[in-house]
Amino acid sequence: MAETKSVIGTQNKKGQIYTDTWKMMNEAPRTPSFFTGSEVIKEAIRRASCDVMIAYPITPQSEAAALIGELFAEGYIGDYFRGESEFAVMSQCAGAAFGGARVFTTTAGPGTMRAMENFPMWSGARLPIQMIVTCRGINSPLSIQPDTLEIAYLLNTGMLVWHAETAQDFFDWILKGYMVSEEPDVHLPLALCCDGFFVTHTKDVVNLTPADMCLPPYDPYRSPVPCMDMECPPVRMMRDPFVMKSNYISYATHASWQQEIWAAVERSRKHSIHWLNGLIDTENTDADIMIVASGTAVSQGREAIRLLEDEGIRCGLVKVKTIRPWPEEEIREATKNAKHIFVPEFNVTGWLAKEIKATVPNHHRVHAGPHVCGGMTMPPEIIVSEIKTALGMKTFSMAGRGS
Amino acid sequence: MSKERIQISEALYDIMPSDYQDLVKSATYGKEDRGWKDIGTSKELIEQHSLCAGCPESMAFRYILASLPNPEDTVMVGSTGCTSLVFPMVAVHNIHSLFGNQNAIASGLKRALSVRFPGRVKDVVVLAGDGATVDIGLDMTLQAWFRQEKFTTICFDNELYANTGGQESGLMQKGFVAKMAPVGKLFDKVRLPEIARESGCHYVVNCTVSKPSLVEKVIRNAVHIAREIGPTYLQLYTPCILEIGKNSMEGLQEMRDSEKPAERFAYKEYVSEPAKQLLAELAAKDKERKAAAKQLAAQAQAN
Repeated sequence: MAETKSVIGTQNKKGQIYTDTWKMMNEAPRTPSFFTGSEVIKEAIRRASCDVMIAYPITPQSEAAALIGELFAEGYIGDYFRGESEFAVMSQCAGAAFGGARVFTTTAGPGTMRAMENFPMWSGARLPIQMIVTCRGINSPLSIQPDTLEIAYLLNTGMLVWHAETAQDFFDWILKGYMVSEEPDVHLPLALCCDGFFVTHTKDVVNLTPADMCLPPYDPYRSPVPCMDMECPPVRMMRDPFVMKSNYISYATHASWQQEIWAAVERSRKHSIHWLNGLIDTENTDADIMIVASGTAVSQGREAIRLLEDEGIRCGLVKVKTIRPWPEEEIREATKNAKHIFVPEFNVTGWLAKEIKATVPNHHRVHAGPHVCGGMTMPPEIIVSEIKTALGMKTFSMAGRGS
Repeated sequence: MSKERIQISEALYDIMPSDYQDLVKSATYGKEDRGWKDIGTSKELIEQHSLCAGCPESMAFRYILASLPNPEDTVMVGSTGCTSLVFPMVAVHNIHSLFGNQNAIASGLKRALSVRFPGRVKDVVVLAGDGATVDIGLDMTLQAWFRQEKFTTICFDNELYANTGGQESGLMQKGFVAKMAPVGKLFDKVRLPEIARESGCHYVVNCTVSKPSLVEKVIRNAVHIAREIGPTYLQLYTPCILEIGKNSMEGLQEMRDSEKPAERFAYKEYVSEPAKQLLAELAAKDKERKAAAKQLAAQAQAN
């Protein structure tokens, strides 16, 4: 049963010291390293005290998934194997989490879609699995290029959904993510998303925590539901299985459990604010014009703001870090002075703009764009162009980008 | 889990459900030679269930739960179907997640338990219907066997989708007229026992559940071999009396008719060489244990 003695300060079998996560993330010295996003995922998992990682090849997450295999070979992970499809992998992750393991996996695009049936099951079963989503196109004809449309499909699964901008976000959030999703009053899976290729395949300077420090292990007996390991009494769960009953008590049970999942998403808010230093980051919130974005669109927005400044146009920025929980009040407050709100996105439907329109008063202020998709890059100039067009200012048209 | 874990605090004893009190008083967790003969003299690990009256699946459930060699450290994995109506009433931890993913769940579960409890026995047993095992979940059934995952897969073969109302399944006999097979099923019953052998299972049995002693034997063998060597597969005929037009009291006869020598559920068994060796070792140990017990009894009498 639950360990009553703290493991903090003791060593794991690789000689890493189980360290208080707050100290490890906020006080321990950091070493600047020049890594690809995939290598950063590996370095985060090296420090994450993971029990089980299950892999499947799909671009652009294959490299990260294979690098974690190397960690297993070195003895940093309890078990690791390649599953047969994303649907199976996400079920294998569920099995491992039901058995009380800290579980990690990665997927992308069509893999996310193939596995989709598992995600509401994960949250319904309160399994705090962490899944990296390196977003790519899901349209036909086949595309492997960056595109964030798949995030839209994750928003109603009951999972926590975070959207990293940089490899540094990735490194920190993988480790902090376990702290939020394993809280007893949360205990939900986390989809930690990034824009494929832009983050996974480019090199960046990332400040790493010491390699000899690692997270405290997961304690499955802090779960709000019993761990399926026969270490606690097997009680009869219910007199009649609710699936077969068409009566009020059955509906009420299902309804209250769904409400509980979403209440747990809400309860993750305070933990996410604590660990991520707020659900959003802001710059110049007194400006008339605001850019609200998530993922690498934030970086492009920042560049656009610099270009606009050169022309004497002042523009502010909101970086949305968590999509679930949704930072409703924060976004409303940060955009209260804005006359125009621009939402640049790497997908065709503009799911982030829709969320924002449903959040802010006077939603006609929201300009859903610019959008790029199918793997196109988003030069800051097209954000500038979108803003200037909306303001009635003269701008150059950019061929082929629909602006 | 040891039996102490299920003890009830004295202060709370009277408010615990009576079926739980019975589990503490007279269940057979930890009993080394537990088996079908305990039924009737001990608390079964299954409470009431909501299967049809006379359903052979309910008999199979009782025999299997009485025969698991190590229920105090066994986790079961089910799937959607009639079996999922029973699992909530079963006193070993069990998981239902989706339809057809039971062998994937069991793969992750078994590995997690091996990581978390090194050197300790934690058995995993999958129990699902034929739709889950052979149709929607076939990929994951086979892949778990290819990977040599160390757990037992039990298929309750009722030769159709019973819970949804009697539709055609892959294990249905050719020519049988059913929902979704309006002119009769056009292809043969899938030969999963043979496929299981070719896929790396170390112990494969195809039989009915008409004889509890036989069910006890194959369950014990399958769990022991899976624990020590690799995947095992049991395909048990549990006819859906409702959908084949039989009455509640006719299930047993239906099984007896179907296990005659030329019939499709005539007893068939495959045991790999390493599994044969293990079974021989277990039989020798069992003999030794019984001889020692006999000697002790004789000594006690002499004294």
